[in-house]
Amino acid sequence: MTQKHIGLAPSRRAVLKAAGAGLLTAGFAAPVWSQAAPVKLGFQLHRTGIGAAYGRWYERTAQAALKVVNDAGGINGRPVEIVFEDDGTDPKRGAEVVEKLTRQHNCDLIFGPLFSHVVIGSAPRAAELKVPYLVCSEGFHVAGGMLNRWTMQPGITDVRAQVSSMAPWVLANLGKKVAMVFPDYAFGHDHRDFFSAAVEAGGGQVIAQIAVPPTETSFTRYLPQIPNDTEVLYHVMVGPAVLTFVKELGEFYGTGARPEIFGFIDSLEAVDLASPGLAFLEGTHFWEGHCRNQQADASEFETAYRAAVGVDANGASVSDAKDVSTYAHMFSVWETLHIIKAGMEASGYQGAADRQRFVEAVEAMTDMPESLAHVQGKKLFNGKTHQVFGHQFISKVEGGKLIKVHTTSIEDSLYPDAVDYTTQSF
Amino acid sequence: MTPAIKVWSLHLLVLALLFAAQFVLPPYHATNLARIMVLAVFAMGYNIAFGYTGLLSLGHALFFAAGMYAMGLSAWHLDAQAWPALIAGLIAGGAIAGAVGLLALRAVGVSFMIVTLMFAQAGYLTLLYLNSWTGGDEGFVIAQNARVLSGFDMATDTPRFVAAFVLFAVGLLACLWLVRSPFGRVMIAMRENEERSRMLGYSPFHVKLTALVLSGVYAGAAGAAYGMLFGYVGATFATIQYSILPMLYVLLGGAGTVLGPFLGALIMFYLIDITSAYTDAYFFVVGAALVGLVLFAPQGILGALRERVLKWLP
Repeated sequence: MTQKHIGLAPSRRAVLKAAGAGLLTAGFAAPVWSQAAPVKLGFQLHRTGIGAAYGRWYERTAQAALKVVNDAGGINGRPVEIVFEDDGTDPKRGAEVVEKLTRQHNCDLIFGPLFSHVVIGSAPRAAELKVPYLVCSEGFHVAGGMLNRWTMQPGITDVRAQVSSMAPWVLANLGKKVAMVFPDYAFGHDHRDFFSAAVEAGGGQVIAQIAVPPTETSFTRYLPQIPNDTEVLYHVMVGPAVLTFVKELGEFYGTGARPEIFGFIDSLEAVDLASPGLAFLEGTHFWEGHCRNQQADASEFETAYRAAVGVDANGASVSDAKDVSTYAHMFSVWETLHIIKAGMEASGYQGAADRQRFVEAVEAMTDMPESLAHVQGKKLFNGKTHQVFGHQFISKVEGGKLIKVHTTSIEDSLYPDAVDYTTQSF
Repeated sequence: MTPAIKVWSLHLLVLALLFAAQFVLPPYHATNLARIMVLAVFAMGYNIAFGYTGLLSLGHALFFAAGMYAMGLSAWHLDAQAWPALIAGLIAGGAIAGAVGLLALRAVGVSFMIVTLMFAQAGYLTLLYLNSWTGGDEGFVIAQNARVLSGFDMATDTPRFVAAFVLFAVGLLACLWLVRSPFGRVMIAMRENEERSRMLGYSPFHVKLTALVLSGVYAGAAGAAYGMLFGYVGATFATIQYSILPMLYVLLGGAGTVLGPFLGALIMFYLIDITSAYTDAYFFVVGAALVGLVLFAPQGILGALRERVLKWLP
């Protein structure tokens, strides 16, 4: 059967006229920088896999930051593009994505990954390709010296700084006898080691360290291990297990006396605090990298950021109140993109040949005042360890909302340098 | 032309083309090819157990990780140089496969699959549990000096490609020799009819154990090489995903064909690489492709070719 084309079939002359008119119009309407080749940034995105909830919001944050940067004139007068590639939250694929963004898409640099194993698996390839790799990971692996000269974490603080700076407040306000419940793998062990050290240093005592294997789906046999004289229960459960953990914790203590409870919001990122089973969290405290619920003293920059990304005052999407953001972490993407802009402009970045100068320019950064570029707050960057330091927030759950009760100082989070990347060769 | 000449000519031609590929492919694809060749060695090992001997295992991630961690941990904790570390990986893969085989080969069929799966899961959890020694779920980076093999830095493109190629070529030719050898025929006999093989005087347990150890040596070598060539060792390589992947490579390329694992790894790698640019549901595409394959070409691509055209294909 032959197919007959019907409808308006334009003549060749009409097509040529239209194309010519279109080209002319485009020429008049285009912005000035259309002559300049765009700066191409690669984004290693956890679009699928266990990091997908973070990835969804990291992508939205990156798009919002990109618009702000482009509206303000781009970088060095050039427009900026972001190429997103999904790494499946897998370290093997992560390294392949670094390769793809660098060699196939010809990106100037790469940024954006959160999960530690993806970062550690990808960083060696970034160094081999000599491409700047700016991570938003929270892990101590950057400042700990495991990685390389090309890998930096200028947009978010690390776990060691977070737990060290909060321990004094926990000891002073919640209690001195601490029982810790944490997942029995590297993320949990970082908390165990650094928080325990900070508690001991602050005159407190860790009276129990309860490690939960990552395959556990029920916690009832671990909860009786919490000593009766516990004053503070510190928990860092992750993933779907946290809902079960909190529910079973509620059943364990019932309506009787319970210790003060302090947790990491990582457990509840992208989770609605009004979810069934979480009522037991009322009155407990959380660490937040950035306050999910808009606070009364929110800065104009924070308010502008929240609006630009499309997050409401409760930390959910403005278009879907059930779509809760990963607010405590995703600011790192916004701030990292602004640091990329600052670093490229400071180094006069023109192309791949200037990548080393870009790294040196970021290494030279120190104070980062609170601004539209640093919406979470003031920061201090350590060029030797490639790690940024900043304020941390402690919030209390009141009426289903996270209300900020304490802001740590940057000085509280500092610790001795474990590495000096600037002595390493490129 | 005799079948033997055809067989060797074809395999040598494939090797020649692969070696030449590094000079014509863009750098991105050349590095991908290096990755694929190492993964194909892993799949070749799986093929020896499954494709030729009929051992359906879901525990090969354990053998791959054994090789990777033996290499990585000896480099990390013992400051081992590249060659001893690699050899440690190869031995670890074979030794763990032998130990698992001694116990798991008491079971057959689905039971064997489940027992191997449980061993692999135990291995994965052990890596997490011994976090301070293994780096746990985060893994660790291989130091630069442990990646220098006979004076060649594996962190650079050409030496890495050549190392991957040499490993692949040795694995391919050894596999070709193995399956055409008398022992290879016995392996196939075990797959086809274990009882008849036993009646002919062969010990199924010993033949299958030997095949599993050889399979483990391949997997261990691939794991050690992957860690060294790409500079990272991590527990995700011990998850069940890495037991399923070589099975998919083999099923796609053709179980019981020498070149099938490479073809399967090549297609699967690019299926994910290309489709992930268009959809988040790229594993759905992979799954759909496999369902289609099982329905229309259950022997895999080269298996179907052998059935219809190239009867001499090993």
